Amino acid sequence: MKEIHVDEIISAIRTLCMEANYNLSSDIMTGFQSALKSESSPLGLEVLERLIENADIAHKEQVPMCQDTGMAVLFVEIGQDLHIAGGNLTDALNEGVRQGYEQGFLRKSVVKDPFDRVNTGDNTPAIIHYDIVPGEALRLIVAPKGFGSENMGGLKMCKPSEGLAGAMDFVVDTVDRAGGNPCPPIIVGVGVGGTMEKSTFLAKKALLREVGIHNQDERLANIEKELLERINRLGIGPQGFGGLTTALAVNLEVYPTHIAGMPVSVNIGCHATRHKEITLQGRESK
Amino acid sequence: MSDVKRIETPLTQEKLKTLKAGDNVLLSGVIYTGRDAAHKKMVEALEQGLELPFAMKDQVIYFVGPTPAKEGQVIGSAGPTTSGRMDAYSPKLIAQGLTGMIGKGLRSPEVIDAMKEHGAVYFGAIGGAGALIAKRIVSAEVIAYPELGPEAVRRLVVKDFPAIVIIDQEGTNLYESGKARYRTV
Repeated sequence: MKEIHVDEIISAIRTLCMEANYNLSSDIMTGFQSALKSESSPLGLEVLERLIENADIAHKEQVPMCQDTGMAVLFVEIGQDLHIAGGNLTDALNEGVRQGYEQGFLRKSVVKDPFDRVNTGDNTPAIIHYDIVPGEALRLIVAPKGFGSENMGGLKMCKPSEGLAGAMDFVVDTVDRAGGNPCPPIIVGVGVGGTMEKSTFLAKKALLREVGIHNQDERLANIEKELLERINRLGIGPQGFGGLTTALAVNLEVYPTHIAGMPVSVNIGCHATRHKEITLQGRESK
Repeated sequence: MSDVKRIETPLTQEKLKTLKAGDNVLLSGVIYTGRDAAHKKMVEALEQGLELPFAMKDQVIYFVGPTPAKEGQVIGSAGPTTSGRMDAYSPKLIAQGLTGMIGKGLRSPEVIDAMKEHGAVYFGAIGGAGALIAKRIVSAEVIAYPELGPEAVRRLVVKDFPAIVIIDQEGTNLYESGKARYRTV
């Protein structure tokens, strides 16, 4: 059996927290550049230019693009033949977040209790989604999530009779209601099917997909394209100042569901939707 | 590119009259920071008859909670937070003479009514442009509630801080007019 020591995991998470917050993904930068060609609102164009300038400054100076450096959402895929050595995996992941947010001058935005609201001081605990997969590797994805956009998401337990049209209307209405709050141009993650919590998980996971890459299922890809077109006809535009670029992408994921239901979840990602990952390979244990 | 208006704080009623929704503005001078927890404390102080961290008359509040400053930085990344969470508090501060707010996102009818009644404008800064905006902040000093960390009230001196007038003192709202102009549904 191969193994990975927790120290390696802590170090990897620390680095990913910083990299995700400092460096805009190239797919989003490409999205900005192509929006510059299609946007016709003068204020919208100005916003896009400033966002590109902002990303350049953040990258060059290795500082956060946005002051909301997010709650750390981690997706962890553990090879079923891998052994984690030296300690508890969940503790190691949280230690990595703690070190990354402290050493990376990232904002600590987590409160210990939703009612008392006292800051934990180190941005832990992280939100961790585990998945067991074949193999001997450990895939770590860090997706810091800001709450300007997180707060604008939604869930509707649609009736099956509402069908695809009802699901699509809910997605478009959710974006319309959000207006400028989630920092457009946005990435729209949509999860349909499963149970209540499965659909919200799928919507979150959909935000990890690169801008410009459609669902591999052609039918779903066409739904994504139609949703994107409808959303960009809402007129919200960059920052909500009015314009043609409200979303850069709509990413849809679906899952089998119950005969009586059709959960539809929308998770909105801002223009700085962040995710960085690494795959650690297990070594022969000594 | 749209014309730019340069505005110096304090933001007097005379200056307010020149600002219209959709104006592209560069702000310079002193502004103050405050977000959720600081607003709660300030309004509680008002209700108890205590002194506020700064006199509101003709002042501008920026809704922001910056990242920690690295060595050599005046302030960390410092873009606007969502203003709607301050809606419950803003009318009370506007009634005290506050004339400007900088944030992002929608405001409630109660806030807009208070702006029209007392004379105030709502500016939008570019959400997520925290690294860029930090470059326009010349100095930063915590003046109240240091225990709130990123939510402490800071006195900032800004130079050419980029903002857009979202809602002017007549209640004209760029979020509505801008959306209507480009909406085709």
